[in-house]
Amino acid sequence: MNASRMKTNLRRTSAILLIAAIAFWIYAGANPGWTRTAVPVKTLDKVTGIEGVSWQKQFVPGVDFLMVAAVGAGLLFGVSCFFRDRKPETEPEPKHDSTNP
Amino acid sequence: MKTTLPAILVITLLTRFAQATPEKFDFKDPKGVNNAAFKLDAPLEAVNGSASGISGMVTFDPENPGATSGKIVVDSRSLMVPNPMQKQHMQNREWLDVAGHPEITFETKEFKNVKTDGDVTKADVTGTFTLKGVSKEITVPVTLTYLKDKLGERVPNMHGDLLVIRASFKIKRSDFNIMPGQYEDKVSDEIDISLSIAGAARK
Repeated sequence: MNASRMKTNLRRTSAILLIAAIAFWIYAGANPGWTRTAVPVKTLDKVTGIEGVSWQKQFVPGVDFLMVAAVGAGLLFGVSCFFRDRKPETEPEPKHDSTNP
Repeated sequence: MKTTLPAILVITLLTRFAQATPEKFDFKDPKGVNNAAFKLDAPLEAVNGSASGISGMVTFDPENPGATSGKIVVDSRSLMVPNPMQKQHMQNREWLDVAGHPEITFETKEFKNVKTDGDVTKADVTGTFTLKGVSKEITVPVTLTYLKDKLGERVPNMHGDLLVIRASFKIKRSDFNIMPGQYEDKVSDEIDISLSIAGAARK
């Protein structure tokens, strides 16, 4: 794989990672707090009227999830900058001697 | 007829005596509904959680609710918050030290301003609140609801009464030596606690 293609692929992956992370964060409820791995589920006891709380395992990404994705995307973009486009090789121009007719 | 009348009299007296006897309510809930919710609202972060490991015994006399006494115990290892890192921090030695202090307790001392309306009693309860090994006397407004013969409706094949306790109060973590004066922008000093628990007295 040449450097130019590598650079393009890294930048593309970086953009996909960032967009996918934002899309997943929005899909999961756009939680503005920290990532949660459990959510409270309320249940009502009809006899006593007590609202009980049980915890259900569920991954809810938060702003820290977005930050990790942004850092990952930034790293990929940064690495891509090390790959420089090579200039197309051109044949050396013939030397002209101005003194010689 | 001669024997029936005294028998009825004795039964009536026994029933009255039985009604006047204080009942012992066990707060270890087989349905797992009992809970204590807590909230910390700091300028930068809000922490909401709950504890489910509740036990304890309360002696309650429906004829004299002001004489209620008992102790409620919360297993500090059952404290739960949604974020795993917050939970880890909360349980460690610097904060709650749940390994060293596995129980949070409230033991009643005195009931004041007791007002009873039917099965509902409201009172200000003074007692000893112990958290992270530090005991402090606090007064908590409490609502007690006596549900006679309702245990069977809640737990099949059991007979008895229920006592529901509801209380909402505030404490300061600095009063209990929990990182006093530190991280108050993220973890507020004031903690709102809301308790909703039901105890059962089997017959």
